[in-house]
Amino acid sequence: MARPASYEGVALVAPFSTPYQRYSIDTAHHWIATALRGSLRAAGLKPGDLDGFQVASFTLFPDTAVGLTQHLGLCPRWLDHIPMGGASAGVALRRAARAVQAGDAEIIACVAGDTNHIDSFRQLLSSFSRFAMDASYPYGYGGPNASFALLTDRYMTDYGATREDFGRLCVAQRANALKNPNAVMKKPLTMEQYLDARPIADPIALFDCVMPCAGAEAFLVMSEDRARALNLPYARLAAAIERHNAHADDPIQLRGGWTMDVDVLWDQAGMAPQEMDLVQTYDDYPVISMMQIEDLGFCAKGEAPAFLRDKDLTVSGDFPHNTSGGQLSGGQAGAAGGFIGMVEAIRQVTGQAGGTQVPGAEHALVSGFGMINFDRGLCSSAAVLTTGARA
Amino acid sequence: MTHPLSPPPKKDPQKRSVSPTRPPEVRSRAALHLSAAAAEGRFALQRCADCGKVQYPPRDACSACLSTDLPWQDMAPGGTLIAETTVRTSPRLYFRERMPWRAGTVQLDAGPTVLAHIHGDVARHARVRVTARLDQAGQGVLVALPETDTPNMEDDPLMRALSADPKHRRVLITDARSAQAPALARALQKAGAAIIFAGEPESWRPYPQRAELEALGVQILPMDVTDTASVQKLAGEIGGKTDILINTARFLRPGGVLDRGDTGFARDELEVNYLGLMRLAQAFGPAMCARASDGVNAAAAWVNLLSVGALSNARPFGAYSASQAGAYSLSQSLRAEFRPSGLRVMNVFFGPTEEDDWYQPLPPPRVTAAALARSVVDGLQRGLEDVWCGDIAQDLRDRFRRDPKVLEREMTLGGEGA
Repeated sequence: MARPASYEGVALVAPFSTPYQRYSIDTAHHWIATALRGSLRAAGLKPGDLDGFQVASFTLFPDTAVGLTQHLGLCPRWLDHIPMGGASAGVALRRAARAVQAGDAEIIACVAGDTNHIDSFRQLLSSFSRFAMDASYPYGYGGPNASFALLTDRYMTDYGATREDFGRLCVAQRANALKNPNAVMKKPLTMEQYLDARPIADPIALFDCVMPCAGAEAFLVMSEDRARALNLPYARLAAAIERHNAHADDPIQLRGGWTMDVDVLWDQAGMAPQEMDLVQTYDDYPVISMMQIEDLGFCAKGEAPAFLRDKDLTVSGDFPHNTSGGQLSGGQAGAAGGFIGMVEAIRQVTGQAGGTQVPGAEHALVSGFGMINFDRGLCSSAAVLTTGARA
Repeated sequence: MTHPLSPPPKKDPQKRSVSPTRPPEVRSRAALHLSAAAAEGRFALQRCADCGKVQYPPRDACSACLSTDLPWQDMAPGGTLIAETTVRTSPRLYFRERMPWRAGTVQLDAGPTVLAHIHGDVARHARVRVTARLDQAGQGVLVALPETDTPNMEDDPLMRALSADPKHRRVLITDARSAQAPALARALQKAGAAIIFAGEPESWRPYPQRAELEALGVQILPMDVTDTASVQKLAGEIGGKTDILINTARFLRPGGVLDRGDTGFARDELEVNYLGLMRLAQAFGPAMCARASDGVNAAAAWVNLLSVGALSNARPFGAYSASQAGAYSLSQSLRAEFRPSGLRVMNVFFGPTEEDDWYQPLPPPRVTAAALARSVVDGLQRGLEDVWCGDIAQDLRDRFRRDPKVLEREMTLGGEGA
């Protein structure tokens, strides 16, 4: 594959996360508006200054990005809706960056958010995809827990991963979350608690699962010139990839689409995995984080458990990972779960991460994964961010 | 090895019956073909007519060559269990009430990977046999069974939910006078039925099978399907403990329209074959629906014995065929009405029978009562919805499916004589 054109000249600014709520009586519109407002305020901009708008959400129905323009009083000349769950941020960034480079839009707001009513997770599950409806729900209706349990089971069988290996990841993320005042989980987690947790869908237990909640995440994409003119801290986009429905003939998912594009990613970035100061993986379940660490070149297939065994995954460690606590400890606010790592990475490389700041962080890898349409996640994305201007 | 089921204890009348809940019913139109095959006990998937790729989940276009010609074909059942989970929590009530639930990923020898229910006797990473069964929503689901039969495997709770096995169940044969009643009673008894009731019209009139039924221990109780009061009276007595109802009541006479001088026989045919079914359903249906999730001996199935002439009118039994067509159509309404409870309606289609005198002038082949009884029990054990018993029924089914108009033309030929 030829190396794609550079993303030079593009700035990612004004990262904003709403605090999450376990259950909300408000709508996705409410949460998206809150994050958009927060991001615009951080940049000192008004809604009228936007000429591009992009949204990722599961609970907007019957609205889409179109309905939101009228609802929120926006008048963009570039509009995009990205229904790609956990892969949304990487995909969003690629599109927005190209639009800014081409001059189709000058300031684009990228927002992801969802609400979570008492019954909305069940309702979301029951209408997720046709293949899931035909071939997955009738078999125990375990939702994503059961789907990922099967992948985890096979991963443990083939690569000898243990529950402790997954636990190490979850325990470290909880330690990170305790430094993030917005994280849903507020109590420390020990390995003992992890191992003794209530089984959900064997081999997955309670702390392997994310907590569905309500919330939203946002950032802005503009030119570096504009970011500098506004005197805003910003991140650069060094490389980005996406892939859908990769390895369709694998009988079960042990690798994602990253494997097809990983060389392009590092080539375009002009960097190697070892140069990353922090890594944000999509962590709906710990096995998926391991898969990303392997498929994005940090270690060989099946070796993530061993690779991580002698690493410290906390913000002060030698392999800072999911520094805000990720979804496992921060909560999963629907499609915002696809943005949580991206928004945190922008904060990190611009020196705005507060209590979870990795000292001197300049290079970050952000990876996304989404949409279990039937038996596997179909969408993968990844991006390398570098420091443009610090706060 | 599956632990053999014990007979359930007597029900505590002070306890509430468990309300029927169901697994998800909604499917795409393409996926309904899997249910349609499962209704007859077949495991079928789509195979691309252009490139041969087997598809799963069901599709509208081939995932290899984009062809939209994806005929359904029976598949080889072999496969390997490559991953599994035991689900312990679910937002769906039906599964919540039945946790823990075993499910797994099976790589089929035929190509695709499927998600399936896993029988308790299947070992980790074992070879399996995949079959398609109807679940309590009436939809086809895939089940991975041990490669070879294991002792009591039909007693696994999963298999009980995917069948209407007569074992430990109480069965009502609606007409003891039916020529098929003794063979049915024998087959049900052999299959482990707990109690067999039989309704008896016109008790004052002697008939040869009565002694045979009594010898089998069948409880013979008065009921005439043409008499609403008698049907309601028996439903009041045993409706709450009827787990399977097999409607054997039939009024059979030869003749079409012109062969008969009046509508007398036609009225009897409708009274028994059509309105009799309706009376039975109105009296027994509600209680059976309410008990469709009631443990080991939950109400499980409603069985109609139908002449295959219900599909396409079969002379010289023209008027009788019309009453059977009515009963068949009514059985489809019953299916829809029973569906929310999970109670199954099984139709057993058959051609001329050996034991009914009125078929005496017809040439063979004919269906024996023993063969019909075997089909009924086998259908219940496999949870089928449509059973085709005997060569004539299967022949008519195939011709009907090939082209119903051609079949009608063949069935209505006037003959060369005139």
